[in-house]
Amino acid sequence: MSTPQGQLWILVDYTACSGCRLCEIACSLKHEGVIWPSASRITVYEHYPGAPVPQYCVQCPDYPCVNACPTKALRVDQATGAVLVDPSLCTLCLKCVEACPGKIPKVVKGKKYVLICDLCMGDPVCAKECSRAGYNALKVIRKPANTGIKHYAKPGSTLAEELGRKYFT
Amino acid sequence: MVYLFGSWGRLLRVDLSTGRMSTEEIHPMTYRMYVGGRGLATYLLWRELGRKWRDVDPLGPENILTVLTGPLTGYYPGIKLVVSGKSPQSGGVVGSAVSSHVAYAIKAAGYDGIVVSGASRDPVYLYVKDDSVEVRDASKLWGLRGLELVRALRDDVGRDLPSLYIGPAGENLVRTAAVMARWFHAAGYGGYGAVMGSKRLKAIVVEGSGPLPPVANRDDFAKLRYEVIDKVAARTTFRRWGTTSGLWRVGYETSSEPIRNWQEEWHNREEFSHAPIERKHWVKNPWADWGCPLACMKVSRAVVDGVIYLTDGPDYEMGAYLGSNLGLFEVDKVIALSAIADDLGLCGIQVGNVVGFAVELFERGMLTEDDVGYTLRWGDFKSLKKLLEDIAYRRGFGAVLAEGVYRSAVEIAKRKRLPVEDVLKYAVQVKGIGVGAHGIRSRKDYPQPIAYAASVQGGDHTSVAGLPANSEESEVWSAFLDSAVICMFTSVEEDTVLKFLNAVTGWSVTKDELYGTIGPRILSLQRILLLLGGPDVRWDPRKHDDNPPRFYEPLPTGPYAGSLVPREEVSKNLVEYYRQLGWDDLGIPTEETLRKLGLYDAVDVVRALRRELGAS
Repeated sequence: MSTPQGQLWILVDYTACSGCRLCEIACSLKHEGVIWPSASRITVYEHYPGAPVPQYCVQCPDYPCVNACPTKALRVDQATGAVLVDPSLCTLCLKCVEACPGKIPKVVKGKKYVLICDLCMGDPVCAKECSRAGYNALKVIRKPANTGIKHYAKPGSTLAEELGRKYFT
Repeated sequence: MVYLFGSWGRLLRVDLSTGRMSTEEIHPMTYRMYVGGRGLATYLLWRELGRKWRDVDPLGPENILTVLTGPLTGYYPGIKLVVSGKSPQSGGVVGSAVSSHVAYAIKAAGYDGIVVSGASRDPVYLYVKDDSVEVRDASKLWGLRGLELVRALRDDVGRDLPSLYIGPAGENLVRTAAVMARWFHAAGYGGYGAVMGSKRLKAIVVEGSGPLPPVANRDDFAKLRYEVIDKVAARTTFRRWGTTSGLWRVGYETSSEPIRNWQEEWHNREEFSHAPIERKHWVKNPWADWGCPLACMKVSRAVVDGVIYLTDGPDYEMGAYLGSNLGLFEVDKVIALSAIADDLGLCGIQVGNVVGFAVELFERGMLTEDDVGYTLRWGDFKSLKKLLEDIAYRRGFGAVLAEGVYRSAVEIAKRKRLPVEDVLKYAVQVKGIGVGAHGIRSRKDYPQPIAYAASVQGGDHTSVAGLPANSEESEVWSAFLDSAVICMFTSVEEDTVLKFLNAVTGWSVTKDELYGTIGPRILSLQRILLLLGGPDVRWDPRKHDDNPPRFYEPLPTGPYAGSLVPREEVSKNLVEYYRQLGWDDLGIPTEETLRKLGLYDAVDVVRALRRELGAS
């Protein structure tokens, strides 16, 4: 599976996600050089048995986080569409978290700036890891034109409750 | 300077009697000798309780509950932790492995494990958040069953965090109670749910926000990690069917599945097979635990009498023990019983074993309605369900069975004024631990004739003994997996696992060292503590290093009808296995072996043991 050209997006298949967190492990290994799930830019939530939901930045077409940043620490990478954080400018003011409909930017003990998925600069390791493990729950596609992609950005607990209730209640 | 990789060298210790919390540094040499997990638990128990072992009540405040990871935990694909302590089932040490996200969280919080001593007066739960540790009030959680407890804990801490917990069975000190994790996972063998209950500890919730400890050789680790992921991901049918496929294969093909308290081990029930179970019951497949490319779990759903039941699989052991062993082949009801056992916090294997035993006694007229309060019948869902509840709450006759199959056989013999052997012959157990759902009579399944008779964990099917002692057939291998703490289902061949261990730790452990020193060291200590036993059980190798009487009855049905393992073969293999481990004919480690293994402080203990048993 070759990575598409242009701006990217990660399409999730909830039924294929096993909840194994290999995406979190791969992400932290790539970005931090160690296994560090808290510092992973992708996070799996699971409130009901077998109903895990990975949550990550979905690159909202209107980028509310970027617009909310008072120090210009966040910018859109035109090549991939990812939100990039400039560690030297971020003050951890959390305006981006407030602005995000999913409260997705991560604040982690030991890091002096917010963590946001950078789409691995065009080659997301989470999706590769997921395929390598045989799950194929994450697929890298060209960024859809549909503004509805923003509706995937929800707090993890909301995602996990909505999916779990559909299956089990 | 001795460096440590893969582990922090630090345990969190909590004394629930005093509320005192501390961290304990563990020397890198201790890890090198005992690896972690089961090995480290055995070392800690020996060090702290060994001298008074016989007097330690497993359900008293003097017992210690250990929750330990190993150096490979979090690095090797698939995740486990090992719960241990003095076992309320065997009186020895059982390394009870369970798949749980708590394992990585403990390491991410900066510890290799949690050791709980003492006992609280009021119900509490432990909330570990990195270096802040709280003993929290659990009075509102006490009494809750698994599913509602997981939700209540989430509300109490305000977020979804991994936890270990007990259900009503553990609270009521039921010896077949498990330490539960994530709805359907159980550290079942050993009965450590009752140990948690005796400490009034409802749950352990762990939030670890840091990274895992550094590895010694990052390049090797990265390479080996993908080598294992690729190998495990290629196990296509295991991934697709999980252990549920055993329900057909172990019954129909290898003829080693418990049926009606092991009276038979063969069936040809098509409905007891993964294909119809997948179509009718699986609502989610794949389902995996942390870092696992195998996903042997499947969420199954059944509706019985208008109630929705959810469980995993049923996986092979639960399906066999709460299905065929109880004469129940209606899978929707097996799923229901499995879900009920999970929710009550019962070990499905141990409770299915003791219930099968009770139903057989009932069918034989050795138990009556006057004893039980109602009729027991093979495959009768309503009475079986009621019995599970009665056991978990120690109600009526359930209080007798709550003691586990060995002790309830002794009690029933007493009540009925029968020779204890006449009741024990129906108890399919070894040294207080019900035998896992893999028989030996057909010789077609993996356990060897001495698998359970020689195991330091009794009937534990995940820790079986076998010849030769220096191979994966031996209990040394299981003890190693439980000490490096990786999952037996994601384990691969020895060479790769050892390379993985050495890449993470920077050690240079060879096969010779594994089989010649590390494994025998752990097993020898476990064996000594098992033979010490107490306070209410004492095992004599000449009598108790043996298979359950049922295994000497020839298989009555199936392609291997008439097959059994003769007693002489068991005795011969036992002696050979002991010899290969450096133990004497009774399975007591020799003084020379103890010195070779560096267990100098055990020499006087085995001398006394040998004297006591009248051995030369």
